[in-house]
Amino acid sequence: MPGLGTSFGRGGATTFQQDLQNSDVIVIQGSNMAECHPVGFQWVMEAKQRGAKVIHVDPRFTRTSAMADLHVPIRAGTDIAFLGGIVNYIIENERWFDEYVKHYTNATTIVDEGFRDTEDLDGFFSGWDPETGQYDISTWSYAGTEEHTAGGHKEQGAAVSGEQAHGAHGMKLDRGRPPKEDETMQHPRCVFQILKRHYSRYTPELVEEVCGIPKETFLQVAETLCQNSGRERTGAFCYAVGWTQHTVGVQYIRTAGIIQLLLGNIGRPGGGILALRGHANIQGSTDIPTLFNILPGYLPMPHPQAGPDLDTWVGNTSPRTGAWGDMRNYAVSLLKAWFGDAATGENDFCFGLLPRIDADHSHYAAINRMLDGKCPGFFVVGENPVVGSANGRMQRFALANLEWLVVRDVQLIETATFWKDSREIETGELKTEEIGTEVFFMPAASHTEKDGSFTNTQRLLQWHWKAVEPEGDARSELQWTFDLGRRVRRKLAGSTEPRDRALLNLTWNYTTQGPHDEPDAQEVLQEIGGRHADGSFVEKYQDLKNDGSTSCGSWIHAGVYKGGVNQAARKKPHTEQNWVAPEWGWAWPANRHIIYNRASADPSGKPWSERKKYVWWDEEQQKWTGYDDPDFVPDKPPDYQPKKNDIGLDALRGDSPFIIQADGRGWLYAPAGLMDGPMPTHYEPHESPATNPLYTQQQNPLRQRFNRPENPYNPTDPEPGWDVFPYVVTTYRLTEHHTAGGMSRTVPILSQLQPELFCEISPELAAERGIEHGDWATIVTSRTAIEARANVTDRVKPLRVEGRTIHQVGLPYHWGPGGIVKGDTANDLFPLVLDPNVHIQEVKAATCDILPGRRPRGPDVLRLVEDYKRRAGVKVVGE
Amino acid sequence: MEEGNGKLTDHLPPLLRQLKDPLGLGRAAQSRHSARLVPRTQTADKVVQSVCPYCAVGCGQKVYVQDGKVTQIEGDPDSPISRGRLCPKGAASEQYVNSATRAKKVLYRAPYATDWQEIPLDQAMEMITDRVIATREKTWESEDDEGRPLNRTRGIAWLGGATLDSEENYLIKKLFTALGAVQIENQARI
Repeated sequence: MPGLGTSFGRGGATTFQQDLQNSDVIVIQGSNMAECHPVGFQWVMEAKQRGAKVIHVDPRFTRTSAMADLHVPIRAGTDIAFLGGIVNYIIENERWFDEYVKHYTNATTIVDEGFRDTEDLDGFFSGWDPETGQYDISTWSYAGTEEHTAGGHKEQGAAVSGEQAHGAHGMKLDRGRPPKEDETMQHPRCVFQILKRHYSRYTPELVEEVCGIPKETFLQVAETLCQNSGRERTGAFCYAVGWTQHTVGVQYIRTAGIIQLLLGNIGRPGGGILALRGHANIQGSTDIPTLFNILPGYLPMPHPQAGPDLDTWVGNTSPRTGAWGDMRNYAVSLLKAWFGDAATGENDFCFGLLPRIDADHSHYAAINRMLDGKCPGFFVVGENPVVGSANGRMQRFALANLEWLVVRDVQLIETATFWKDSREIETGELKTEEIGTEVFFMPAASHTEKDGSFTNTQRLLQWHWKAVEPEGDARSELQWTFDLGRRVRRKLAGSTEPRDRALLNLTWNYTTQGPHDEPDAQEVLQEIGGRHADGSFVEKYQDLKNDGSTSCGSWIHAGVYKGGVNQAARKKPHTEQNWVAPEWGWAWPANRHIIYNRASADPSGKPWSERKKYVWWDEEQQKWTGYDDPDFVPDKPPDYQPKKNDIGLDALRGDSPFIIQADGRGWLYAPAGLMDGPMPTHYEPHESPATNPLYTQQQNPLRQRFNRPENPYNPTDPEPGWDVFPYVVTTYRLTEHHTAGGMSRTVPILSQLQPELFCEISPELAAERGIEHGDWATIVTSRTAIEARANVTDRVKPLRVEGRTIHQVGLPYHWGPGGIVKGDTANDLFPLVLDPNVHIQEVKAATCDILPGRRPRGPDVLRLVEDYKRRAGVKVVGE
Repeated sequence: MEEGNGKLTDHLPPLLRQLKDPLGLGRAAQSRHSARLVPRTQTADKVVQSVCPYCAVGCGQKVYVQDGKVTQIEGDPDSPISRGRLCPKGAASEQYVNSATRAKKVLYRAPYATDWQEIPLDQAMEMITDRVIATREKTWESEDDEGRPLNRTRGIAWLGGATLDSEENYLIKKLFTALGAVQIENQARI
């Protein structure tokens, strides 16, 4: 995702779970790791046993907090203020890792003289266009770069941007270096000084005021981090959707990236940022995406502005230097994998046949089109959006407005049964007999009934083998997709319509086997991993060519079938190999477990310290060596200097560890790649009971809103009526349940362990609203009201913010009307309001009210909500 | 605990047996029936190495199969990540795959209908194929206002879960991109 991608180059965790054992400090923030990733948490405990400090920053005290040395309660939605405070602490107290920062980050780069900071413009960066609600980012670029960010600039202006994990579209750098630098980091426009000024007001006092964290506690965290970073020591951050599900979520992760670069904690053992993904194959679903804006391996989906032909598109969307400098190799190899012999140099390898994106076509945008009657068909496969997505009411209204819906799942989930069990049926807003949607429900195979790979949270592909055949009509997605493709191609065979050419040119002939004509999943993996023209397997992405002589379905996976071996299926026991366990599965890229690991050595190639040795330059053998595969050109010496006009990796120096970036460096400051600013800035959540003390601009000005009657917003402080919804509400998950519940509310033992929805509130809030522990409570927003059992507990502390007490309500979100255990759906409370970079919804911080007792039944609940909206003066555009 | 050798190793009355078994978990609790029980993991026809389908820690699983059925799922001690451990969800995987409410039949709900009906899988696939082709044709966008090619449809949307395999996602992205459907999305967004 772009938070990690723009900072370091790749949108994946920089390290792996087992490496946490080497950390000297671990900060877990935006994650309840002990409960949501319990087995991974053993590596935090290993570190603690070795003497590491563990810090948990979270609104609630959880089992993660119980195992930590320090729990820091924070107001939901204020993490940039907290992390920005740490950046300021590091700079003010001169605690940065100077040699690392000067050589491995863009701290020394001088920025365009037109750049203005949010500190200068009261919450806006330069380039703000109030007409379009977007930034023109040309002034954010490095000083003296000839065409600023060229095509990437245009892309940034449209609603298509921020999508690519690589930020430096079209950046032209000679010898991979920015034109203007100041190695003393004193120039007023160098990144370091800009950063210093940007965060100078993020003082411990400000952190206390915004986050509700006492100054002493904050200083303890900042000092612990600094003490445990440097040559001899390293620290790691772990986060999950507590960071991503905000209107500034990408910038949360960016702030952690800045801290880790300043402290020299990236690419080194015990360091890094570990993104904790919540599903078995979340990482894999981004790497080989079913996402609208990218192709496999993070190649951008083409859009009209980027040019009609392959070369223009490549030129406009990739830098010349760094690993993306070879984007044409990756793109041509992908097109060869998809279109086979039909893709030739003469026809631009069928590039022209690909569909184009020109706006936000994400899940929530599509839901809006369904509501408008513009999108008649919908496939929902292994997903339960009426429970799992924000504003469930909108989701259900959208489904009721389709012509046809196909749901594939292992259980009959609520997304398939919405037409008879929605709450809107109960309220009378929908009537089964009036819903015209045709629904197909198709049973799916489980993981034990098919071969295939999951990519876990550390970029590691692990193969699972089929144990049994699926029963009845249940089929794998592999079989189903292949079958659908064959049927559509059969019916359109012989068509001369231009729109059918891509489909008919597609390579679509996999070997099938077994009673259900199941395609061979390993054959698909072979296509992903890449082949030479003679059919032999490629070993690495550097083998890929731009002339059509190689094919590769995803360049970052190049080599996953090297030597004719399914590398993802390797299962050598950990007891028979070193602690990195390189022969268990396969980590992209090139089986590297810590990426950017060139940074584990100093500029001359020597380990920073014996204690933190990982990858280093072997002078005798003239190559990089160590415990992991070097994330670097294997024989490029530390003192290598590029020649003029070198491109790709050749253009990066021997001391440039961030090889995906055009300048080979970690980005403290992101000159391109993000919609909402080159540096993270504290904005309040879209709905907040507090005023932004830093700027008049209260919220992220680019947050994506949907002004329609189905999606009203609560007023936010200081708007009148905000105090009708005076409390913060945040969601989370439980150990015993899995997201929208399709795989857990249907499992008897898990349903017994966590039988019903509850809310966690403090004794003080319970007293304020007259709610008893164990009784029912009703939580109200301008979207709806839901009921939950009250769990009155000290685990949620009231916080002092801006001189007043702020209460927070915690809600697990797993329930719906189906399954063995039923309950109201927490996500129904939340509005659609999204991060502008990635279109992720803000469900980790909104406002609400809470009342004792059960919610009204039937249409009475609508009257309750209407009454609240009237009292709060909720304005609804479109009514 | 006694090993499952099918023999009662101690023929003393239960009360006396308990003297040798202070926790009451071994011999004292044993009956003729329980003494003959053997773990399903011992009698399995085969053991298949797998990966937990829930979160992204990626714990190794061992799937035990007997007579074509999954009989037990346990943690895989060989895994360098999980070292044999599973959390409550992972440990409940056997119930997940063998759930009594697992869907096994294709169901169809006609427009305005108040109930499901069963239809054959092949018929459902044909119907879906026809709808994909018709909707695509009806909602096709060849070019934008400036005459630049778009080659797409926004009449079909896709939302996939993140417990699908990467090989499956690859085929889905490949097929639907060739169909021109751009609204292809995933839980990873959410």
